[in-house]
Amino acid sequence: MAARTFTINDQLISAREGETILQAAREHGIFIPTLCYLDGVSAVGACRLCLVEIEGSRVLRPACVTPVVEEMVVRTDTGRLREYRRMIVELLFAERNHVCAVCVANGHCELQDLAIAVGMDHVRFDYAFPRCDVDISHPLFGIDHNRCVLCTRCVRVCDEVEGVHTWDVAGRGADARVITDMRQPWGEARSCTSCGKCVLACPTGAIFRRGATVGEMERDRNKIAYIVAAREQRW
Amino acid sequence: MGRLRLATIWLGGCSGCHMSFLDLDEWLFELAQHIDLVYSPLADVKEYPERVDVALVEGAVANEDHLHLIRQVRERTRVLVAFGDCAVTGNVTALRNPLGAPEALLHTIYVERVGTAGCMPHAPGILPPLIDRVQPVHKIVPVDVYLPGCPPPAPRIRALLEQIIAGGEIRLTGREMIKFG
Amino acid sequence: MDLSELLAIAEHENALRRPICIRCCTALGCQSAGSLSLKQRLEEAVAEVDRTDIEVIGVGCMGLCGHGPLVRIDPAGILYEHVHAADAPSIVAALDGGEATAPRGDPQHPFFTLQKRIVLENSGVIDPERIESYIAAGGYQALYHVLHDMTPAEVIDVVTRSGLRGRGGAGYPTGLKWATVAKSHGDRKYVVCNADEGDPGAFMDRSIIESDPHKVLEGMAIAAYAVGADQGYVYVRAEYPLAIQRLQRAIAQARRFGLLGAQIFDAGFTFRVDIRVGAGAFVCGEETALMASIEGRRGQPRPRPPYPAESGLWGRPTLVNNVETFANIPPIIRNGAEWFASIGAENSKGTKVFALTGKIRHTGLIEVPMGVTLRQIVEDMGGGVPEGKVKAVQTGGPSGGCIPAALLDTPVDYESLQRVGSIMGSGGMVVMDDATNMVDVAHFYMEFCKDESCGKCIPCRTGTAQMLHMLDLIRSGQATAADLARLEQLCIMVKETSLCGLGQSAPNPVLSTMKYFREEYEALVRG
Repeated sequence: MAARTFTINDQLISAREGETILQAAREHGIFIPTLCYLDGVSAVGACRLCLVEIEGSRVLRPACVTPVVEEMVVRTDTGRLREYRRMIVELLFAERNHVCAVCVANGHCELQDLAIAVGMDHVRFDYAFPRCDVDISHPLFGIDHNRCVLCTRCVRVCDEVEGVHTWDVAGRGADARVITDMRQPWGEARSCTSCGKCVLACPTGAIFRRGATVGEMERDRNKIAYIVAAREQRW
Repeated sequence: MGRLRLATIWLGGCSGCHMSFLDLDEWLFELAQHIDLVYSPLADVKEYPERVDVALVEGAVANEDHLHLIRQVRERTRVLVAFGDCAVTGNVTALRNPLGAPEALLHTIYVERVGTAGCMPHAPGILPPLIDRVQPVHKIVPVDVYLPGCPPPAPRIRALLEQIIAGGEIRLTGREMIKFG
Repeated sequence: MDLSELLAIAEHENALRRPICIRCCTALGCQSAGSLSLKQRLEEAVAEVDRTDIEVIGVGCMGLCGHGPLVRIDPAGILYEHVHAADAPSIVAALDGGEATAPRGDPQHPFFTLQKRIVLENSGVIDPERIESYIAAGGYQALYHVLHDMTPAEVIDVVTRSGLRGRGGAGYPTGLKWATVAKSHGDRKYVVCNADEGDPGAFMDRSIIESDPHKVLEGMAIAAYAVGADQGYVYVRAEYPLAIQRLQRAIAQARRFGLLGAQIFDAGFTFRVDIRVGAGAFVCGEETALMASIEGRRGQPRPRPPYPAESGLWGRPTLVNNVETFANIPPIIRNGAEWFASIGAENSKGTKVFALTGKIRHTGLIEVPMGVTLRQIVEDMGGGVPEGKVKAVQTGGPSGGCIPAALLDTPVDYESLQRVGSIMGSGGMVVMDDATNMVDVAHFYMEFCKDESCGKCIPCRTGTAQMLHMLDLIRSGQATAADLARLEQLCIMVKETSLCGLGQSAPNPVLSTMKYFREEYEALVRG
């Protein structure tokens, strides 16, 4: 396998052929914020938080799906990118009802971590305060759409790792919702195997174990990648 | 530099931020050497005074009284601090927003769920009318400093007050200072 | 089918023609104004006077849609507008002298004379429901020529030299796209015709398919031969029932005549075309979302690269072109690259079809050579606004911008329109008069984009909702100058960070109206 050499933030680093900018950056301890990205499932380039500047490219590129090219010059932390990332995180907080104080994921939430990382001390946009449902029809798990950021990690992990595709997205734009089966209550979604991978994959407090209360929803998201790796190496 | 005229204000919140402030314990004595507490729910002052240097505003803007007070605070204060998540985001106080205008909500709480004895609170001049939507403070008046946290832990409050007392630009970054919740 | 059979069909069809032809528009605009019953009445009126030298044929769009239903008498070239079924007997009687009860149109009006019809050459002339009518107009000869006399590389070379650029909006060089697909490796390749026209006020692609569906199919077949594809899809929205119906009929006819399917013209070339009906999501006009929809998945875009030319439908090389782009192909093959390249402007060759709408006297479908000015289109062809003055011209739909009246002398070509902050787009052109509030215009388009955002990427999903909210605040007088600045910042962020063209261009109507009509925003803000 050929190696590639390229530059991130004036630092010369090496990568394997076919590796993405994000993978190479992480291997070298360079932080690029992500939200929809999850080790073990396909990358979709949807959250736009990992956008980077590439010299010679007119447009910003998502690091999670852009392969490293020899001698590429990448910047991950310019003033423009920092401002855009903060705006994106603010827009997410304004979109639904993210009330950290009463959230099961408080303290263990990727959205909360992102807010800290981008320096968000308040949201400059008006909050939408939409009315969102909470579905606790499943005996083990629940979904609180107030906390959902539509990253589709649950959709992908269910489809690609569990092989079930209970989750999908219905509706468009601001009305989009993750759904189970044909938009039945989760408890009536017969395809669901109750494997809990979506619970592991969820970056926020949207999908949770029933019974968990404020701050109790800890999870080890590396398990997804572990399951995938174990399976691939055996086959 | 003279002593800072400090005010603390309690809008629509649970007073947890004020409790956290009291959690500063013996450091409060040190603080007292630098400030005069000119207005606070912890002190019995009826009228918000003029020429306040720093105001810690706890709570979201939820009713007409809050609206009136916060505008007065803004007019008479140099540095307005949104103190805690309710002031910064609306937080728990704003949980009623997705449910729509407050009248229906009040009716459910005070009439429908009470049985025969229920009635809407109506005594004039006692309970301030709720505004349609609970808002974070910066939606109503300009805010100078944001101190998230539900409540902001005492060390975080202390770090901010130390920066304010020291003068100069206020910078709050990192998990210890700006984590919500 | 071979060339002599094709020519025989044409000859036979031409022999059927009668000396006098009454052409009645049966495209959707005129149909909705009652042209089907009108056509029937015309046929009855002809039968009543027992004239065998007169025929009535249903044709596609004649262009002046705002004045429909339209009827034209050929070869005399008499045009009737706003024709009712009751006018039919008098129109037939007028062939012997006298006046018909329907108002006369002016075929010498600049609306018609300033046009250059390549894509629309058969539109309003032939019967779109009969393949023989297209063949009689020289149809499918370009395909025969390509299959028998040219290599795929030669076809691509002609298209490249013609200077044709994609008519879907972005203006990517068509020849280059074809060459990329041709060079890409795959066990199968696909050709896709993007007929998911969704811009408010745009109906170019619908009219082309309704008026001359075979031309699009012939263009697709030529493209398939050039890139090595054997399967084509036309992705058309369900809101276009007549276009779908005519396309279905055209495909069935072409298949029966051996012009689609296996062994076309006995040249060892196979090409099948199927229709995929979209559910009307604007985002499905974006090529990666369109392909997802064809594959049966949720119509959402994905990041490019990889481009469809390398990895498209089911991971195979796929050529995606717009309806109008394909419709340009047969004339280019027939008349040569040099002929096409001699028409139009420096870097924008050929013609462009526009749907001219809004506050203007003559609304309808026009095809003009690239390089004409907006002023010629709006004032000469469109006859200007009925009352007041032109304020702005909106091109490119929700992805485009508003060009102020002061810039009406801007020539219509890809680069010039981009320079003034708009885009060519697929060809929607909405004229606004001075009674129009530009903040309302921006709000209208933002509402559209917010509704049509698929929700996949955060900047577009949340950004359009937030921009719309801020425009609401501005319109209701609740915004400050600082809000205006924040809106502008948000626009730029959404433009630069969104995943696909929808989000990347959604802020354009706001940015362009802010640029040219800032005072209208400032008049609404407080402080």
